[in-house]
Amino acid sequence: MTENGDATPLVRLEDVNKHFGNLHVLKDIQLTVDRGEVLVVIGPSGGGKSTLCRTINRLETIDSGTIVFDGEPLPAEGKALARLRSEVGMVFQSFNLFAHKTILENVTLGPIKVRGKARADAERRGMELLERVGIATQAEKYPAQLSGGQQQRTAIARALAMDPKMILFDEPTSALDPEMVQEVLDVMVGLARDGMTMVVVTHEMGFARRAANRVVFMADGQIVEENTPEEFFTNARTDRAKDFLSKILTH
Amino acid sequence: MDELIEYGPYLWEGFQVNLGLSAVCAVLSLVLGTILVSMRVSPTPVLRAAGTAYVNIVRNTPLTLILAFSALGLSDQIGLVFSEEPSTNGFWLVVMGLSAYTACFVCEALRSGINTVPFGQAEAARAIGLTFSQSLRMIILPQAFRAVISPLGSVMIAMIKNTTVAIAAGYLADVAFKMKDTFDTTGVSIPIFIGIALAFMAVILPIGLFTGWLAKRLAVAR
Ligand SMILES: Nc1ncnc2c1ncn2[C@@H]1O[C@H](COP(=O)(O)OP(=O)(O)OP(=O)(O)O)[C@@H](O)[C@H]1O
Ligand SMILES: [Mg+2]
Repeated sequence: MTENGDATPLVRLEDVNKHFGNLHVLKDIQLTVDRGEVLVVIGPSGGGKSTLCRTINRLETIDSGTIVFDGEPLPAEGKALARLRSEVGMVFQSFNLFAHKTILENVTLGPIKVRGKARADAERRGMELLERVGIATQAEKYPAQLSGGQQQRTAIARALAMDPKMILFDEPTSALDPEMVQEVLDVMVGLARDGMTMVVVTHEMGFARRAANRVVFMADGQIVEENTPEEFFTNARTDRAKDFLSKILTH
Repeated sequence: MDELIEYGPYLWEGFQVNLGLSAVCAVLSLVLGTILVSMRVSPTPVLRAAGTAYVNIVRNTPLTLILAFSALGLSDQIGLVFSEEPSTNGFWLVVMGLSAYTACFVCEALRSGINTVPFGQAEAARAIGLTFSQSLRMIILPQAFRAVISPLGSVMIAMIKNTTVAIAAGYLADVAFKMKDTFDTTGVSIPIFIGIALAFMAVILPIGLFTGWLAKRLAVAR
């Protein structure tokens, strides 16, 4: 898993703690994500998966501990934080495409306004990315005119347009109708094959088995188990994980 | 009827002043209202407090008082003079007072517009590396504006009608002043009343229709 010969992890969380009021949502989290690694985060609702994911681009602040991204501690605010976020893509459960902008504008906004790319270059690259996720023909439409699956693929293209060092996915297929899940997962598997570093909160076992290097099982704000996908799904070590798996596997 | 025809040109001159005031105040109050709402939603507590204080003070003060304060307080006492020419100075004092006042309503309309923009829009903007002000300018405010075009139209309509209290700033040039001035010589004239009312309607009705149409056209589909 070492790209460009760099063996240091891309992300390292050390003793990370986070509260919402009295609720302790992240408890002494230790986690690394290697370059090119695909990490799947799985676990019961309310376990802190989204919060964990969102601390990595500082959409959530942390109370204590450190998060190091690409060798640097996460900046607290201002331009440095904006720059960090531009290097960490994020794909949301509810897509969050800019509703007043066309599909192509959604994909070119960041490169133009954050990276200062020329519009023509951004559009050329934007069309390439839309082509790659299979929605180039929809470029001039608005998000509301697209299906959920198409919107989520746009969101992935929007993240890719920033040439991020990694992409965070927070339940990217949970809001989709079943027949659209696969088209989004296929795009994600493609990214994984191309060596993109990804943290993916998902319950899609198929994806985890096809693309993940590692599975992290989270419950009650703690990382309860880390394992390979194959081992985790067939032979989980902890009772908590076995119990959880028996529930999701039976339906 | 005769007095309407006789004094028509004189009154028309005054009405043009109302139109001029309206045009300038529309631009200024939209700009100032946008600045105020940006302050009210800003992450900086000082800016937020300043924006909130401004809106609460100015919005709850009668317009006639604000205009009188512009003329008597700011201009006469403190020496804020836009022009040596009294009528030009009066025009700009009214513009200042009325824009300052109308901006509060623009701000509050926009703030309710911002509340219609789902939180995820701002999060996605932050996540691609836009700064707070960029995401406000490019993502939040454009959607907020589209959501409140009709209410903003109402604010503008109220502002246009409010130009008729320009006299409170000691500015004796608008159609309301000229109407009273005319009545002093002709006595009260129903046709003049109706004529002026129709003139306002001719301006305001299309604005209502236009903003209604625009609101539909620019509505953000979600
Ligand atoms: N902004 C917030 N304010 C207060 N509590 C919050 C906030 N966000 C999350 N929580 C709480 O923190 C806990 C962890 O939430 P989180 O969203 O990280 O869980 P999750 O594992 O992603 O769950 P799910 O599978 O339902 O998405 C939950 O109890 C949730 O109610
Ligand atoms: Mg979640």
